[in-house]
Amino acid sequence: MRALSFSRALALAAIVLGLLFALLSTTANHALMDFVIRLASLAIFATSLNLLAGYGGMVSFGHGMFYGFGAYFFALTMQRAGVSIPVAIVASILGSALLAAIVGVICVRLKEIYFSFVTLAFQMLIHATILAAMPLTGGDQGLRGGVPRPPFLGLNLSNQKQLCMFSAFLLIVCLFAMHHVVSSPFGATLRMTRDNADRAAYLGIAVDRVRLKAFIIAAVFASIGGLLQALFVSGAYPDFAYWTVSGEGIFVIMLGGTTTFLGPLLGSVLMLLLNDFVSRFTEYHGLALGSVILVVALGLRKGVGDFVVDWLSARSEADASERTKTTEAAS
Amino acid sequence: MSAASVIKAPVIQARELEVFYSTSQILFGVDLDVLEGQTVALLGRNGAGKSTTMKAIAGLAPPRRGSVRLNGLELTGRRPDVAARAGLGYVPEDRQIFPDHTVEDNLLIARKKGPGGRMDWPLDRLFETFPLLHPLRKRIARRLSGGEQQLVAIARALAGNPIALLLDEPSEGLAPIIVQRIAETLHKLRAEGLTILIAEQNMHFCLGIASHALVIDKGQIVYRDTIQGLKANEDVRRRYLAM
Repeated sequence: MRALSFSRALALAAIVLGLLFALLSTTANHALMDFVIRLASLAIFATSLNLLAGYGGMVSFGHGMFYGFGAYFFALTMQRAGVSIPVAIVASILGSALLAAIVGVICVRLKEIYFSFVTLAFQMLIHATILAAMPLTGGDQGLRGGVPRPPFLGLNLSNQKQLCMFSAFLLIVCLFAMHHVVSSPFGATLRMTRDNADRAAYLGIAVDRVRLKAFIIAAVFASIGGLLQALFVSGAYPDFAYWTVSGEGIFVIMLGGTTTFLGPLLGSVLMLLLNDFVSRFTEYHGLALGSVILVVALGLRKGVGDFVVDWLSARSEADASERTKTTEAAS
Repeated sequence: MSAASVIKAPVIQARELEVFYSTSQILFGVDLDVLEGQTVALLGRNGAGKSTTMKAIAGLAPPRRGSVRLNGLELTGRRPDVAARAGLGYVPEDRQIFPDHTVEDNLLIARKKGPGGRMDWPLDRLFETFPLLHPLRKRIARRLSGGEQQLVAIARALAGNPIALLLDEPSEGLAPIIVQRIAETLHKLRAEGLTILIAEQNMHFCLGIASHALVIDKGQIVYRDTIQGLKANEDVRRRYLAM
């Protein structure tokens, strides 16, 4: 697999942002803007889940709790504390890190399916708490009254165009940050605990501590995905913290692939396109999505991103052996 | 051995270890001491409890009863990484090298300070002690022979600057010629004054390396002597070690 160098990735990101900006200045395509905002939210969430599940081997069925928590924490902070958006973002990050530390201390000691189900249990606990805490959260009606979006640094996020640019920017920042995490020595250690926890342990690594750190980092990014959603819909709903959000995350990383860093981003694009396209024709879009995941899981036996990367590397290897053959034949 | 233990405190000390894998008991009260600078062979047949004893000492198979101490430090119930940082180097039976990394990276990954910040084994000293690995240092570990991989696993354990080394069946499944090389390497380590516990089926492998022998059978130590004493004791060998 050829990894993009940092400077190239940065240049690519700048080009994407520039193109998006140019596109938005010429046309005010609301469907496109909505798409970008929803994509940013979903892709940050899915990539953070992949950090945990793909790189850490911790398949959380409850990762959505941090998405929902981030959305509520952010929206409530904006409504009640009257602070600026960046301050509320930082507060949400700290809040979800704290929640993740508490949930994580209990969960990361567990292995495999036990980890998955206990995270799911915590998710349902958070969901039930949101429903029960009527005066604070509005219960099953969701948090109403809108999320105030006071301008900051010359940005007015009530303006959809600016929210769209902000989301795209945030997505890119989060992707760079998460990529930095997985390619750092910490990321290598995390993969080491995933591949063989005993080996990591007898070489002196405190495995649970590494897993806890990864759990907290992933939760922080999931909460950023959630707060972006809260900014987008100007509210927060119990559905954001329901287990189906976690399920959708798993779906996305399976669709996009877990072995490449950008697999979940690709999965998010496919997921949203599928969702929008299918639900235009039928209300049974679950049926169509289920069929697609079956085809991907049983047909490709890996995510689309994994498939593309494997295909590219197989082709370049074939090219290389072809070239050696021709040089051999020539000599 | 009992007379010596009055004078020198054991570096590795296990007392009445009882280990269970879920409901089946594997170890029934294992006692062992390895004194500083000693090399002790733990001999026994397949399934006698050698690997489990090693894992129990390393913290990978927590004992239900009994205790493990390293240089007097209580390790019972502590995690394997605590044991590792306390100075225990563990070489597993199946070696568990990092197959996709180079030999050098395998050693660098495991590098850490030993207890008290000691750095006895910098990379160049490791290659000095394992001259076979030096020309292979840029080689991907997967492509090495079994014996070379075993050397990598031992060198990797040393890279963590341990005070005691646990080797689980280092000669298992290897060709006689490379087994000889591993024996030579271990002999060198012994000469360096390292404290070593070797679990083995092959007594002959241990003859030139270990000073003392423990024979384990059905989860209990059934015989303790010098390795020469064991060699001379045909009855014990036939009863517990013959294949």
